[in-house]
Amino acid sequence: MSLDKEKIKHVAKLARISVDEAKVDSLTKDLNSIFKFIEQLNELNTDKVEPLTSILNQSLRSRKDEISDGKIREKILKNSPKKNEEFFVVPKVVE
Amino acid sequence: MSNITNQSLSEILEKIKSKKISSLELTQAYIKNIENAKKLNTFVTTTFDQALENAKKFDNKPNNEQLLSGIPLAVKDLFCTENVKTTAGSNILNNFIPSYESTVTKNLWTNGAFLLGKLNCDEFAMGSSNETSFFGNVINPIGDHLVPGGSSGGSSSALAADLTPATIGTDTGGSIRQPASFTGTVGLKPTYGLCSRWGIVAFASSLDQAGPMTKTVTDCAIMLEAMSGFDEKDSTSINKKKETYSKNLKDNIKGLKIGIPKEYRVDNMPKEIDELWEKGKKILKDLGAQLIDISLPHTKYALPTYYIVAPAEASSNLARYDGVRYGYRSQKGKDLIEMYENTRSEGFGDEVKRRILIGTYVLSSGYYDAFYLKAQKVRQLIKKDFDDSFIKVDAILTPSTPSSAFKIGEKTNDPVSMYLNDIFTVPVNLAGLPALSLPAGLDKKGYPLGLQLIGKALDEQKILNIGYAFEKNCGYKNEIKKWWS
Repeated sequence: MSLDKEKIKHVAKLARISVDEAKVDSLTKDLNSIFKFIEQLNELNTDKVEPLTSILNQSLRSRKDEISDGKIREKILKNSPKKNEEFFVVPKVVE
Repeated sequence: MSNITNQSLSEILEKIKSKKISSLELTQAYIKNIENAKKLNTFVTTTFDQALENAKKFDNKPNNEQLLSGIPLAVKDLFCTENVKTTAGSNILNNFIPSYESTVTKNLWTNGAFLLGKLNCDEFAMGSSNETSFFGNVINPIGDHLVPGGSSGGSSSALAADLTPATIGTDTGGSIRQPASFTGTVGLKPTYGLCSRWGIVAFASSLDQAGPMTKTVTDCAIMLEAMSGFDEKDSTSINKKKETYSKNLKDNIKGLKIGIPKEYRVDNMPKEIDELWEKGKKILKDLGAQLIDISLPHTKYALPTYYIVAPAEASSNLARYDGVRYGYRSQKGKDLIEMYENTRSEGFGDEVKRRILIGTYVLSSGYYDAFYLKAQKVRQLIKKDFDDSFIKVDAILTPSTPSSAFKIGEKTNDPVSMYLNDIFTVPVNLAGLPALSLPAGLDKKGYPLGLQLIGKALDEQKILNIGYAFEKNCGYKNEIKKWWS
């Protein structure tokens, strides 16, 4: 299997990263060498193996559905690159 | 007094507690060293005023009952620190000032330490040489042309150069142990779940684990004791009684069974690494340990597995950087989608983008089974290798890395050769086990080399004990000329 430039542009679109046209060639080369390395896994027959989904032999704890925090709007908005008093501001979405 | 900074944390603590030195004098000594070591590029942010303030506060009202009484510490810039900029080595977080403190750093401060500054690292901890940082590469104090390892390269370099008495890093695939090995220092990756991940900038959540980086094994035990512990805010935190690792350190390892995995003798491994491993085996044997040959048959599949699992989790974790809620935002783009795309393209560096693309691809529709599910199955086999071995042995001894520190720029054009650096460290992360890297010798160029002790889950005390006995009998001493000041 190999990744072509079109496929990489498609994946970049999915990942919301714009890719500089001048860099597509070197990116294609790098990603293909990485995937070639990854494909060693195909040597192994894993038909009867259960996938490992958690390294801990316990299920994740759940907490009570109660508010443990709150009234920190100012703190949450503090690091936003663009905001007004109550909201994050983004480029216009609806015409 | 002038040489206080080249002593170990435990020696310094003894001097603070017996009032041979004040916390203020200690802090001033480190600040002086840091100001003279700008060439190493270890610090992204310094918090000197705050540190001096905290030192004075301690001296006025000393509490000597704490694990880290009056100790200034610099930490990797991946730990969120309240009101102190936290960048993760990335342009996308270059203006991020958390309004909260990570649990692990909070634990250090509760035990009497205070912040000296934030240490450079590979961007989002993705790298093995500290060359992917937005803030430039870090230099290894061992030599001006050498990388300090990565991703906790600022941490290893600062520690080895006497810019902090101890430090903490994070280890997703080797990011504590490999830089420790490259700088002749001690590094521990704890069992997954022993130290809280809350407030640490996430890379690959099923692998990430914070741990200590120190000059000695005793220091390592002190730091682990201070930073670990159950945390409600991390859903994978292990709820168990806190251990007193430093008090329980013992150097008697007679009768312990040490596994030697044959698969760690890889092709093209330098002869010096093999000789170092032999030396390590002999030391443990002379101390009364029993060496047992074991097999971890799926070792060679660990790195390919890691390069599916880690990027997949990273692509998901890093989806949060959208230029809306915090971090960098691009001014280019005519709509919301273009704003996202430009923000992420300008905000992330090449290695991070590469890994996001790998992760997005292996999780995308039609490819999930072939890559991600396959990797989860092989991860099971790798874990089983360790489970089977630990029926027979108490700990496993391997080299930490396949080479000593390499030259700056040597591997930047070949991602796979860079990844191969983590060949001995990655299996441990996939299996969630603790592992300790110990300085053990020098290669013929005079660069440090490390050996790794792998333990059973939650068996940190045992590998620390073996490390403690090893350290006493190894005769390794880090002698670094301060060429930078």
